[in-house]
Amino acid sequence: MRNKNPLRFIYATPYAAWLLLFVLAPIVVIVYYSFFDLSGQLTLANYRNFFTSIYFKLTMSSFWYAFLITFFALLISYPTAYFLTKTKHKQLWLLLIIIPSWINLLLKTYAFIGLMGKYGPINAFLEAVGIGGQQILFTDFSFVFVSVYIFIPFMILPIFNSLDKINPTLLDASKDLGANAWVTFKRVIWPMTTDGVKSGIQVVFIPALSLFMITRLIAGNKVITLGTAIEQQFLVTQNWGMGSTIAVFLIIFMFLIMVLTSGKKGGIIK
Amino acid sequence: MRKLGILPRIYLAAVFVILYAPIFYLIYYSFNSGGGMSNFESFTLEHYKAVFQDTRLLIIVLNTIIIALLSALLSTTIGVIGALAIYFMKNKSARQTVLSLNNILIVSPDVIIGASFLILFTLIGVKLGFASVLISHIAFSIPIVVIMVLPKLLEMSTTLIDAALDLGASRKDILTRVILPYIKPGIFAGFFLALTYSLDDFAVTFFVTGNGFSTLSVEIYSMARTGITLTINALSGLIFLLTMVLVLGYYIIGNKAKSPQGVKK
Repeated sequence: MRNKNPLRFIYATPYAAWLLLFVLAPIVVIVYYSFFDLSGQLTLANYRNFFTSIYFKLTMSSFWYAFLITFFALLISYPTAYFLTKTKHKQLWLLLIIIPSWINLLLKTYAFIGLMGKYGPINAFLEAVGIGGQQILFTDFSFVFVSVYIFIPFMILPIFNSLDKINPTLLDASKDLGANAWVTFKRVIWPMTTDGVKSGIQVVFIPALSLFMITRLIAGNKVITLGTAIEQQFLVTQNWGMGSTIAVFLIIFMFLIMVLTSGKKGGIIK
Repeated sequence: MRKLGILPRIYLAAVFVILYAPIFYLIYYSFNSGGGMSNFESFTLEHYKAVFQDTRLLIIVLNTIIIALLSALLSTTIGVIGALAIYFMKNKSARQTVLSLNNILIVSPDVIIGASFLILFTLIGVKLGFASVLISHIAFSIPIVVIMVLPKLLEMSTTLIDAALDLGASRKDILTRVILPYIKPGIFAGFFLALTYSLDDFAVTFFVTGNGFSTLSVEIYSMARTGITLTINALSGLIFLLTMVLVLGYYIIGNKAKSPQGVKK
C-alpha cells in the first residue's frame, strides 16, 4: 500500500528533532557535565564525592522520606479509591478528587504555610483541645504531610482505574465459594489491582525523591532531598558538575524504580 | 450497586474535606481586611484590587498565559505529527523504542528536566528568558499530546483509510478529511493538558527563567518565601476560578471523546 519512499517520514522532522534535542541530548549533557569540576577540569571527583558519607546520608534520607510519603499516600488512597468505585456517580466523584490536583502546586503549598503557622487554624485547634500550640511548620512532619496531601490524587487515579476494571461477578463467585470479605480482598481484589498500585507508587515515589519547592517552603532547610541538592548545586552554588552527578544518580534510581514497578497500563494523568 | 456503609461515607467525606480545605482556606482569607491568614476581620475586596493594580504582576500573568497558549499550540502540532509518525511506523520494535523515548520526559523528575535544559540552553546559546521558558514548555508538553492522540489513532479502523483510498482520496485528503476529524477529541484533550501543564509548571521554569522574566508559579514561589501576602490569596481565588473553567472544558471534551465514534457525517 505505502511505497518505500525514503522521504515518506519527512513530515516527522519536527518530532524527530524534538526527540533528539530534548530527550536524548539532555541525558547526554547531564552525563557529560558530571565529569567536570567547578574550574572545568575533567575529573571523577564528583563521583567520589557522591560516595562520601554526606551524600550517602542525603540519598538515604531522601529515599526514606519518599518511602514515607508513598506509604502514607497509598494507605489513604487505596480505601478512598475502593469506596469511590462503590459510589453511585463514581466518575463525578473521581473528577472531584482530581480537581485539587489541577490547582497550582505552589498555591496549595502556600496554603499550608498559613494553616500550619503559629497562629493558624491547626494550632488554634490544638490549643482548644488542650494539647497546646506546637511548632508544625519547618518540621519533617509538615513536609511529609504536605507531600502526601499533594500526591493523594495521583495515587487514587490508577488504583481507581484498576479497581473499576474488576468484574463484579468475580466477587460474587468468591463469596459463593465461602470466602469472607478479608479473604476476598486478599486473594481476589488485591492481586487484581497490583498494577494500579504499582503505577501509583511510580507516579508518587519518583517526584517525591526530587521535590524541592515543598522542602524549601514547608520544611525550611530541615529536609534535604535529592531534588533540593540538585537545585542547590545548580542555582545557588553554581556547581553544575556536582549537580549533574546527583542528577545522573537520580536518573539511575528513576529507571530502577520504573523497572521494579513496570507492568503498568496507562493512568498517568496529571 | 451495594450501598456504602456509614464508616466508608465518613472516610470519603474526610478525604474530600482535607483535599479541599486548604484551597477554600486560601480563598476565604483573600477577603480578609486583616493582614494575615488568621483572625478574619472584615470582608474586603482590596486584595483583588491590589492584584489588578499591580502592573508587574499583571505582566507576569500575561506572560504566563501567552507562554501557556503558545506552548500548547506548538506542542499540540508537533505532538500530532509525532503520533502520526509513530502510528505509521511498521517496525514494531522501532515503534516501541520511539514510544519509550517519548515517555521519558513524562516520568522524569522536573528538576532533571530543568537542570538539563539549563545546560542545553547555555551550550546552544539561547538567552534565558521568554524564549527558553517557551521552548521548555513546548518540549515537556509534546509527549503528553502524543499519549493523548495515539490511542485515538490506534482505535481508528484501518478500513476507513482503505475506503478513502479506494474512493480516490489523495494522501492529503486522507489526512485532513479522515484522520484528523477522527482524532480531533484526542487533539483537544492533548491541547488542554498541555495548557494546564504549562500553567502549572514551576520547577522547570524556575531553572530556565533567568533574571527578569517570570511566570506566575515562579512569582508565587518568591512571594511565598518572604511570608504571607494576601495578594497571593486573591490570586489563588482567581486561579481557582480559571482552573474550574479549564476543568469543565476538559471534562466536556473528554465526555465527547468517549461518546461513540465522532466521524463526521
